[in-house]
Amino acid sequence: MEQLQFQVPSRAQSQRRDAVLVGVVGSGNCEVLLEATTADAMCVATIHTAAHGFADIWRRVIEDFAIRRNAGGLRVEINDVGATPAVVTLRLYQAIEAWESGDA
Amino acid sequence: MRKGYYEASARDRIRGVIDPGSWREFIPPSERITSPHLPLLDQPVAFDDGIVVGAGRLGGKDVLIAAQEGRFLGGAVGEVHGAKLVGLIERAVKTRPSAVVLLLDSGGVRLHEANAGLIAVSEIMRAILRARVQGVKFVGVIGGSCGCFGGMGLVARCCDVLLMSEEGRLGMSGPEVIETVRGVEEFDSRDRALVWRVTGGKHRYLIGEVDMLVDDDVAQFRAAIARALEAPAEFSLEGLEREHDMLARRWSRFADANDARDIWAGLGIPDVTRMALMSTEEFTRASENVRERP
Amino acid sequence: MTRRDTLERLFPSGWQDDAEFDNGFAGTGMCSGESIRYIGVENATEVGVDQALAMARLVLDTVKQHAQRAILFLLDTQGQRLRKRDELLGLNGYMAHLAKCVELARARNHPILSLVYGEAVSGGYLATGMMADACYALSDAQIQVMNLPSMARITRIPLEHLEQLSEHSPVFSPGVANYAQMGHLQEIWDGELAARLAHALSRMREAVPADQRMALGQQRGGRCVAYEVAQRVEHGA
Repeated sequence: MEQLQFQVPSRAQSQRRDAVLVGVVGSGNCEVLLEATTADAMCVATIHTAAHGFADIWRRVIEDFAIRRNAGGLRVEINDVGATPAVVTLRLYQAIEAWESGDA
Repeated sequence: MRKGYYEASARDRIRGVIDPGSWREFIPPSERITSPHLPLLDQPVAFDDGIVVGAGRLGGKDVLIAAQEGRFLGGAVGEVHGAKLVGLIERAVKTRPSAVVLLLDSGGVRLHEANAGLIAVSEIMRAILRARVQGVKFVGVIGGSCGCFGGMGLVARCCDVLLMSEEGRLGMSGPEVIETVRGVEEFDSRDRALVWRVTGGKHRYLIGEVDMLVDDDVAQFRAAIARALEAPAEFSLEGLEREHDMLARRWSRFADANDARDIWAGLGIPDVTRMALMSTEEFTRASENVRERP
Repeated sequence: MTRRDTLERLFPSGWQDDAEFDNGFAGTGMCSGESIRYIGVENATEVGVDQALAMARLVLDTVKQHAQRAILFLLDTQGQRLRKRDELLGLNGYMAHLAKCVELARARNHPILSLVYGEAVSGGYLATGMMADACYALSDAQIQVMNLPSMARITRIPLEHLEQLSEHSPVFSPGVANYAQMGHLQEIWDGELAARLAHALSRMREAVPADQRMALGQQRGGRCVAYEVAQRVEHGA
């Protein structure tokens, strides 16, 4: 397993709520946990991945997410079993949409 | 709108069966109570260790509910996963919900923590049966992609009421295990039709291993669970004697059976092939007078 | 050890078989003046539907005929029977039925004990020995889910890695010592088995049986999280 950590600027997320979890830890898939932090202008991401050597791609996926969505003040933690960037992006969007809509 | 139960995640299943706004999870994923053993084997963990446990209402009635996530290590039982389930069952002895609902989706014991998993499964069985003696009702539900095998196949049959879809599978040893040990001539695990005939919901329903056959639809599962909450709960010598008679009858009549077709024909089904193709509703109706039950 | 040797050592003051089934046996032994119902399997048999059914019948009959008599499971099994026929008939249902019969006996104040005198593997052990109030094994017995080479193949984790880890972790590798450390086995037995059995029985007559294995596993350092996790779900807000 490889652990990666990124901290990227992002617009502040206005919703405050309990943690949100989407996705599952299965082959080609990942789970994404979103939680509130106090750093309003930052998105902090921690990734535990079974696929080694993809730090640059992870950085780009997280940066892209932080630019497009209001992820400031959110902690993202991911357990990954080799999800493609497209699947990770999908999960990130699902997670923040659940966060913003108030769904569990 | 129809939403498949088979493909749904554990959390989606819970969302689909529990009354909106009533759900409360115990040890939610944000607490990160993950397996302490998987990292030593360089394996990924899940924030909920592959099982969601909590309390909610179903049709207005209080229930405790657990859902196994079949896509995380095949829903297999490890130390944390098993302990969450045991804790939920023990909680029911104190809080007396209408029932404990178990959404099962598991290949059995998690090999990465084999001893802990096996012991945990035995603790789950003991906890369920002890709670049943004390009047707690258990509703088991099978319809996920991993089916319900190994020790969890025993756990399922420790419940008061068992619900299953045609697509669900229930057994002890998975076909792959039998094929690996005994050869393809004993059990061809790639013959999907055969696997479904042996382990699938229709066969289990007909021989009396399952109480309700349900369409692969989350809303239908919800409705079936609500009906199961009304079913009487019993744990008595008389009940076990009736179950024993059914199992003894099955053994004496079908010890030589080689395929589910032999058993279905033996139970008096005139056209086995037609029966196999029926919808759940038709099948339930057509089997009313031939189905075995305790 | 053979079934006969085991019975001789457990019941030096006398025992009598009175039932047989495929690779299985049952009878009554005397321990400190008390009659014990023993039910067992031998020859490392695979437990199938017929054997589970036979054992369930023996348990139900004990409940009906001998109020509060202790039941001792004696085990030498390599697991559940791996046959399509047994799956077709619903082996899991037969096993669960046996477990339910054992629970009924427990509820009616029959102390339930089990002793692994040979092998005990997964499914053959779950519905019998693992349902006991107190589980024991001989020091030269074997308890396992799966041997390490098979486990390595299925999990795709290198065998050397598993072997190395198993020196420090009781969690996945075979062995009665691991099952004791994890709290499943009350004790590992050798030497004077009759005295061990008498002691085990007297202890069980004193206290109401509850499943203490998680707490024991934590005390012994073999299962460090289960107890606390279960407690938190049981009592948490």
